[in-house]
Amino acid sequence: MSAPLLQLDAATIQFGGLTAVSAFTTAVADNELVGLIGPNGAGKTTAFNLITGVYQPTSGSIRFAGQPTVGLKPNQLTRLGIARTFQNIRLFHSMSVFDNIRAATQLHRRHGILDALWRGRAHRAGEREVEARVMELLEIFSLDKQRGELAKSLPYGDQRRLEIVRALATKPRLLLLDEPAAGMNPTEKDDLMRLIRFVKDRYQIAVLLVEHDMKVVMGICERIAVLEYGRKIAEGSPQEIQRHPQVIEAYLGAAASGKESPDA
Amino acid sequence: MSLPGAKRWLLLGIALAAVASHFAHSPELGLNRYYLGVAVDVGIAIILAVSLNLINGHTGQFSLGHAGFMAVGGYTAAKISLLISPAGEAAWGFPLALLGGGLLAALAGLLVGIPSLRLRGDYLAIVTLGFGEIIRVAVQNMESVGAASGLKGIPKYTTLGWTFGLAAITIYVITALVNSTYGRGFIAVHDDEVAAESMGIPTTRYKVTAFVTGAFFAGIAGGLYAHHKQFLSPTGFDFLKSIDIVVMVILGGMGRTAGVAAAAVILTLLPESLRAFSEYRMIIYSLLIILLMMLRPQGLFTFQRKQGGAS
Repeated sequence: MSAPLLQLDAATIQFGGLTAVSAFTTAVADNELVGLIGPNGAGKTTAFNLITGVYQPTSGSIRFAGQPTVGLKPNQLTRLGIARTFQNIRLFHSMSVFDNIRAATQLHRRHGILDALWRGRAHRAGEREVEARVMELLEIFSLDKQRGELAKSLPYGDQRRLEIVRALATKPRLLLLDEPAAGMNPTEKDDLMRLIRFVKDRYQIAVLLVEHDMKVVMGICERIAVLEYGRKIAEGSPQEIQRHPQVIEAYLGAAASGKESPDA
Repeated sequence: MSLPGAKRWLLLGIALAAVASHFAHSPELGLNRYYLGVAVDVGIAIILAVSLNLINGHTGQFSLGHAGFMAVGGYTAAKISLLISPAGEAAWGFPLALLGGGLLAALAGLLVGIPSLRLRGDYLAIVTLGFGEIIRVAVQNMESVGAASGLKGIPKYTTLGWTFGLAAITIYVITALVNSTYGRGFIAVHDDEVAAESMGIPTTRYKVTAFVTGAFFAGIAGGLYAHHKQFLSPTGFDFLKSIDIVVMVILGGMGRTAGVAAAAVILTLLPESLRAFSEYRMIIYSLLIILLMMLRPQGLFTFQRKQGGAS
């Protein structure tokens, strides 16, 4: 196997006296679907924020596609190919569904500020290209009928989907999903699992998933890492994780017998 | 607004301004100088409000320093004009003076923009407020621009045509900027900075661009003002002036160019029309603003955004 797409090496971050993520080492390969689980407050979202450049690690290193990412800003990391969604949906609320995705095509636009002012041929061609790409994405994910609606007026499940599509519009190589199943009903969760698999296969990208819902995590992840109090306590296949004594003790509880966890 | 023929509209606007100006200023027509003066005030207010709207409305930053940028532009332009021809006989130098004022104001926008980008909301408002006051106090102590007693004898170059031509350009530039894939970055920063950054939008660069562009046009407005009133005094650029412009932006519906321009017209004419009630003028003005804000908190001219998204 060649070098992994994402490599965390003893990544650590402290806030004052609190170590939120401690010496976290893991890797995600190209086109791999990895789950990151752990009890509330275990540091999963903080790990996401480290990977996406929202926080800088206190120590340790992070590499993406072979390049060290420490010191880069989130928008530069998106440029390299890391896109994400948020635990509490963060769409552009004053924009339509269409414009939400259009805004995320910024980094692949070739026409700039002067073209926007001059409104010449380069601008028109550039805008047409962007619009065609947005329409294509909307059609693939069947959001084209709602394209003119305000993002905030969509049903909850569609908002989650739109957030994933918006992340895809940046053409990522690694997609980070932060609790995409939160607040969904069982049908929506099934749809989501199908959607994540579809995205991974169609765009050949890697997915790193933070999720509380054991059915979703166990159902789609190829490998799972478990955090507790900021430390990785286990990593392995879903079957291994389900049988891992420390994981059962720390987190899974009832799910160890094959049922869903209490907070799922 | 889609802008297929936007450039044509811009040219039409400038042409109309020039024609209107030609007739309005011709002595045969003998238009009342007071009304002409108010009309120029209106045009300057439109430039100020529409340019602040890029910063406060579209990009969602809270600047209280617009009068400061206006002062930088006004004093610079006035000084340039006085250097070219102290007697005011070189109207050809006017565009140079305006451009110089705009560029120096833009530089001030860059200087204020960079450090204040780490700040949000109220904190940014305080920093920009402080900047405006620094400019005012600095001017008050600069002998070369008349210090506290003001800068007198600025040539009267500003006409209706210059004012509304430049107002048309301001509206065009800011509308064209925002209604493009490039410009949607401003609105993304306004809606959710964290999400914008994660979508690959360099939020810092967008905020600086908003400050620099907004300041540039505020500087142009300052230059027009200087050559309109023919007198500049630091007290004219205190923070109340900034507040006036902020009120126009809020009343017009943050981020709606047409609404903000209309609010600039109304809020300039309103105090003028209340001159008859001189003692109660400011009280009535304030009450009206309170009423308007209570009745239309979303802005006077805000309606549901059109399908397809752009304003």
